[in-house]
Amino acid sequence: MSEPILKVRNLKIGATVYPPGEKPHDIEIVHGVSFDLERGKVLGLIGESGAGKSTIGLASMAYGRGGVEITGGEVWVNGRDILQSKMRDIRKLRGGEVTYVSQSAAASFNPARSIMEQVIEASVEQGKFSKRDAEARARLLFDKLGLPDPDNIGRRYPHQVSGGQLQRCMTALALCPEPDLVVFDEPTTALDVTTQIDVLMAIKEAIRDTGVAALYITHDLAVVAQVSDDIMVLRHGETVEYGPVHQIINEPQEEYTQALVSVRSIDHEEKAPTEEPVLSVRNISARYKGTKFDVLHSVNVDLYPGQTLAVVGESGSGKSTLARVITGLLPPREGEISFAGRTLSADFNTRTREDLRELQMIYQMADVAMNPRQTVGTIIGRPLEFYFGLRGAEKRQRIIELLDEIELGEGFMDRYPAELSGGQKQRVCIARALAAKPKVIICDEVTSALDPLVADGILKLLLNLQKIEDVAYLFITHDLATVRAISDNIAVMYKGKVQRYGAKSQVLSPPFDDYTDLLLSSVPEMKIGWLEEVIANRKMESAGN
Amino acid sequence: MAPILKLLAQRIALSLLLLLMISVVIFVGTMILPGDVAQSILGQSATPEALANLRAELGLNDPPVSRYFQWLFGALQGDLGNALTSGQDITSAISTRLANTLFLAFWAAVIAVPLAIFLGLLAVRYKDRWPDKLISGVTLASISIPEFLIGYVLMYLIAVKLRWFPSVAMINDGMNLWQKLNSIALPVAVLTLVVLAHMMRMTRAAILNVMQSAYIETAELKGLSTFKVIWRHAFPNSIAPIVNVVMLNLAYLVVGVVVIEVVFVYPGMGQYLVDHVSKRDVPVVQACGLIFAAVYIGLNMVADIVSILSNPRLRHPK
Repeated sequence: MSEPILKVRNLKIGATVYPPGEKPHDIEIVHGVSFDLERGKVLGLIGESGAGKSTIGLASMAYGRGGVEITGGEVWVNGRDILQSKMRDIRKLRGGEVTYVSQSAAASFNPARSIMEQVIEASVEQGKFSKRDAEARARLLFDKLGLPDPDNIGRRYPHQVSGGQLQRCMTALALCPEPDLVVFDEPTTALDVTTQIDVLMAIKEAIRDTGVAALYITHDLAVVAQVSDDIMVLRHGETVEYGPVHQIINEPQEEYTQALVSVRSIDHEEKAPTEEPVLSVRNISARYKGTKFDVLHSVNVDLYPGQTLAVVGESGSGKSTLARVITGLLPPREGEISFAGRTLSADFNTRTREDLRELQMIYQMADVAMNPRQTVGTIIGRPLEFYFGLRGAEKRQRIIELLDEIELGEGFMDRYPAELSGGQKQRVCIARALAAKPKVIICDEVTSALDPLVADGILKLLLNLQKIEDVAYLFITHDLATVRAISDNIAVMYKGKVQRYGAKSQVLSPPFDDYTDLLLSSVPEMKIGWLEEVIANRKMESAGN
Repeated sequence: MAPILKLLAQRIALSLLLLLMISVVIFVGTMILPGDVAQSILGQSATPEALANLRAELGLNDPPVSRYFQWLFGALQGDLGNALTSGQDITSAISTRLANTLFLAFWAAVIAVPLAIFLGLLAVRYKDRWPDKLISGVTLASISIPEFLIGYVLMYLIAVKLRWFPSVAMINDGMNLWQKLNSIALPVAVLTLVVLAHMMRMTRAAILNVMQSAYIETAELKGLSTFKVIWRHAFPNSIAPIVNVVMLNLAYLVVGVVVIEVVFVYPGMGQYLVDHVSKRDVPVVQACGLIFAAVYIGLNMVADIVSILSNPRLRHPK
């Protein structure tokens, strides 16, 4: 057995926290993690947010994000303990021996400089290559990673290429200096499923061809199963389970790992449309102000009372625009929307209070959808005052009822959003929407920003509330697993058109059109070798290329 | 037309429109000022007939609108009229004065702008450590002390005690560049101290703002030194706010130096303006006002143009 490239022993990482109303104090966020990584191998670090996986990844470059500090243990890279190294030597290591691919390439590229300048910067700076050789190598990598026009794409600026392309450029950036180790930190999480698959394949091939070792950090076990040799499951800064990929996926030993492997336990029986639809979208075409192209083309969908219509598609497919049209934020160019038997005014400004009350919305980013200076009680109480004129004890009683419904309870009434976890924040937003006693709630990617297990809890809650309150959901998402879990009807959107529409069982059964097939086959499966299989069987290219 | 050219054309057109509107404001403003030029020329003892004659001679009885257009068209052709008090041609009187003021402002800017940006970068590099605190403290102190006081203190220490530079900043055409620079050293020093703080603090704030970005982390993880990270990755993205504040300060160097020119008896625009305001010489005040407005608008226009050009999304459209 050769000497590992990366050897981590009993790594401890701390941070200073500033809880509201308390004195700042130090906490430990990673409690003694150890692992080895050999040349040419890939280790997957997996866990929920807060598990310390990114922190561990960055520690292999002796870097602490924000107030994070490495407090103990050893990190050996190529046979020397980098935690004992001088800053000068650490700089030599970063961008030379160890490189980093971040989650959001769009934010990680400097908007003011061309892609090529940034891709070769570390190689030239570390003296690995001359500028000319580095550029030649970058072009080679662009080609290998499947980027279009590899000879010229380097001259472009980050805003001139798509998200999936930029993520590949970031991979080229990391591979350019011929590092010994690359840290991939959720490199495909921000991408559409159909784009993710291509980037994943590109990364996998690049790792194989260059013989580099990699740490692959993600919260998605199905993704990590495709690229890793070993997997380490982390929770609350501790190792839960560490072993070869086939053991973790096929014979998980720990309960937590088993939960991760079998996530999406919801089984929802689809309901047949019964009465008249509560919301009917008729021939809607819409475009944004100052543009000359429709982003929605004659969209027709129906939502039945007490049921869920899932609208699925990649980013740019027009699904969020549809929500904006229904809520009246974007008056359509053509078509109309009927709601509970009446025609809705196109602009929300001219809608009646009843219209506004009966159509509520829940957003993807719960933290920015709430006023950080209001307590949970105030946030939920506002629609009660506004729509029902509730005051005092009566209002308080209703707020408590709502807090019980979302399984938080009275104790949360005086808390501020900053004191809540991501899942709890989204629950408060659900309670706020429910407070108005709506007929329809538009859920725009409400679980996309959450960890799988937390998202699962939110979906169960939504289904449960649907039974109690008889509310209908228009559920916008790019995640097909979510769609399977909760929908009765499905509309698949592609480039502003409804590509496929009908009952869940029908939409998700063959024969498929090419796009739906691509979308469905792109959802990572918890199966080793799935990636190669899918790529081999594809009928069309994803739109993100 | 490329969107960037359209934006630039719009911005330039807007500046010209603004300048035209300012000319109206200046003209109306000087019209409604109390006092009478004829009276101040002839003094309290003048006879009504003499006053009436002088008014007619100076054209003060013409309707305001026609006087405005006469003045505007004259100004467009470079003719700012004659001073009421001395009968001198204003354009030629102002041009030497303006040249002197620009000369002073130019050298102050040459020293102050790079120094302010360098100090700002340094403050970011050593954020919250002693160099940052020292730079912030000193520049804040220098902006807080009234400029005339700084002027007199420097004059006492450097001109009177150390005798390095003259206390009076007289310049004339017979001097060579070195003599001129020697002569204006003190006012340049004072002006530098006055404008330094604002520009340095804005540079620091703008760069610190950008330092939060993810791409700064990327640069750090490439193993670049802190100063390279700031210079190559943070600075290019903070140009717009920095240029804005630099241009505001350059404008101040041109139009706000009245006090300094008086303190150092420097033959610039400021002194000229102050002299003629006290004599109610309306055409001179109008001419100075128009030139100052043009300088302000022009420099701010340059700031906006640089901001537009520094935006990669506009420079390299999809």
